Amino acid sequence: MSPLARKRLGKIALNATGLLVFVFAIFPVYWMVSTAFKTNDQIFTTEFIPFPTSFTFEHVHRVLTEGVAGNSIWVYMGNSAIVALGTVLVGAVFSLLAATAVARFNFKGRSTFLIVLLVAQMIPAEALLIPLYLRVIDLGLVDQLAGLILVNVGLTLPFGIWMLRTFVAAVPKSLEEAAWIDGASRLTTFWRVLFPLVAPGLVATSIFSFITAWNELIFALVLMSESSGYTMPVALQFFFGQKGTDWGAIMASSTMMTIPVVVFFLIVQRRMVTGLMAGAVKG
Amino acid sequence: MTDTSTRTRGGGNPSPSGRRRPGRPAKASGLPVWSIPYLLLIPGLLVIGALLLYPMVQVAIMAFQKVGLPQIRPVNKRPPEWVGTDNFSQIFDNEIFWSALRNTLVFAVLAVTLTLVVGTAVGVLLNKLGKKMSTLVIVGIMFAWAVPPVAQGIIWKWLFDAEAGIINWALNLLPDWLSTLVFGRADWTGEPWLNDAWSIYMVLIITVVWASFPFIAVSVLAGLKGIPAELYEAARVDGASAWRTFRKITFPLLRPVFAVLTVLSIIWDFKVFSQLYVLMGGPTNREAFNLSMYSYAEAFRSPPKMGSGAAIALVLTVILLVVTAVYVRQLVKQEDMT
Repeated sequence: MSPLARKRLGKIALNATGLLVFVFAIFPVYWMVSTAFKTNDQIFTTEFIPFPTSFTFEHVHRVLTEGVAGNSIWVYMGNSAIVALGTVLVGAVFSLLAATAVARFNFKGRSTFLIVLLVAQMIPAEALLIPLYLRVIDLGLVDQLAGLILVNVGLTLPFGIWMLRTFVAAVPKSLEEAAWIDGASRLTTFWRVLFPLVAPGLVATSIFSFITAWNELIFALVLMSESSGYTMPVALQFFFGQKGTDWGAIMASSTMMTIPVVVFFLIVQRRMVTGLMAGAVKG
Repeated sequence: MTDTSTRTRGGGNPSPSGRRRPGRPAKASGLPVWSIPYLLLIPGLLVIGALLLYPMVQVAIMAFQKVGLPQIRPVNKRPPEWVGTDNFSQIFDNEIFWSALRNTLVFAVLAVTLTLVVGTAVGVLLNKLGKKMSTLVIVGIMFAWAVPPVAQGIIWKWLFDAEAGIINWALNLLPDWLSTLVFGRADWTGEPWLNDAWSIYMVLIITVVWASFPFIAVSVLAGLKGIPAELYEAARVDGASAWRTFRKITFPLLRPVFAVLTVLSIIWDFKVFSQLYVLMGGPTNREAFNLSMYSYAEAFRSPPKMGSGAAIALVLTVILLVVTAVYVRQLVKQEDMT
């Protein structure tokens, strides 16, 4: 074989492998979405039906009206949104303050705080389930979305601070010093100079927290006993009934749950990687 | 450094700048400068202390206590009973603990290894593909990465469904002689993949690798972009094979990246819960428990045994901290602590 032909063949092989990876990654997602729009005849079959030729909205309609466990899927989507947004709002303020402290000041106990952050990140959330559950009972926050928000803030904060710290540190200090020389106060400098420059990092960190809270299952499972307070991950479990599984409905609901995350992912894709990596490697 | 600049500002020196807003500076300079970082840290410290560190201490204490229904009911609550190491001897005597420990460890080793290998291979591939093709593949793997863990479990449960699952359909496509030769059977319809522990974990590994390789691939790709092309040029001139180039150039240069990715993967895979919960339909199959699921089942299935649940959680935490301690030490050393 001539070198040129070999090179060409190698290129074809590379592209074919790329296509294979693409199919492996996307097919399960596609299968979820397409099942959501198939009629039951086309779902419960041993045949392979690549496209929903009998395209239908019946499952989407059913989960939105009839829903599961006594409520429409909108209720659970709403609960999930409240929990995730609440977590983001509280977390963003707290992590911005702490990240500024760590990245902008030298103070006694700074390195201790950083080590505490690291260790806190290593603690598996599942291990904290029992004491946090008892604490939430003590506070009277069982069946309250506020209890779930509180827990999620705790779970996402160490990583949020750790990640945001690198974004704050990336803003040159000279900019703030220039503002001080011009007579701006520390607070003004923070709002007018530092905050706008850190905002993209804050968005990335917030989206990360949003996704974590949106996806969280185990705490929602034990803290929410009434179905009107379920979040999406909990509600989805109730489609697996005694009388067989309503796959059309569950795929429609899973698709609805996945859409916001996909959108966020596509927005912050690049920062997500730098954030995760920078958060973990030296900042 | 920050101190001096603040003193210049706060020193009563009337600034000529007209942008200065009245009222603001007084508010900020009313505080001694040294206290500012501590004030900024208060909310974060409160949250971390109250929601992470103190509960961890509580887990360690509860592991040596008996905490059941009488101790947690809202009325007529009784104080927890101190039982020494009873919880531990009880779980160590239980074979479910040992199968849960085995499941946790074997799953973590296999899932982490496979995720890293597949992810790295795809990252290297992405680096070699043309622009259009690599964008297409990145968008594709982004979708797999974005799917929430519960939905991941649901999707793969559906793909491996006994009756209408597409995996059984695909296996039925194999020529009968081949299927019989390799698996000892030709007809796959009705094969229940999610009944036995081993096949549950096989599906779980596929699920987790599918969802986590994209992050590795994109991170490795980002690392590869930072390696100067001349190095590869030189290797090619020297006639180095692809594998040798990877081993001698790519791997050593990406070592810090791999270290981080490995630890993150270990942390994520050690305590996998959501996907397992969906695949086996709640804490039903005791043989397929991992440590997280076992702890959850002990503490929250009636009768609640929070003490032994805490003991299992403590074992899980200690293993995880030991495994990741090396990495934390390295990070602390690297960290700019001045």
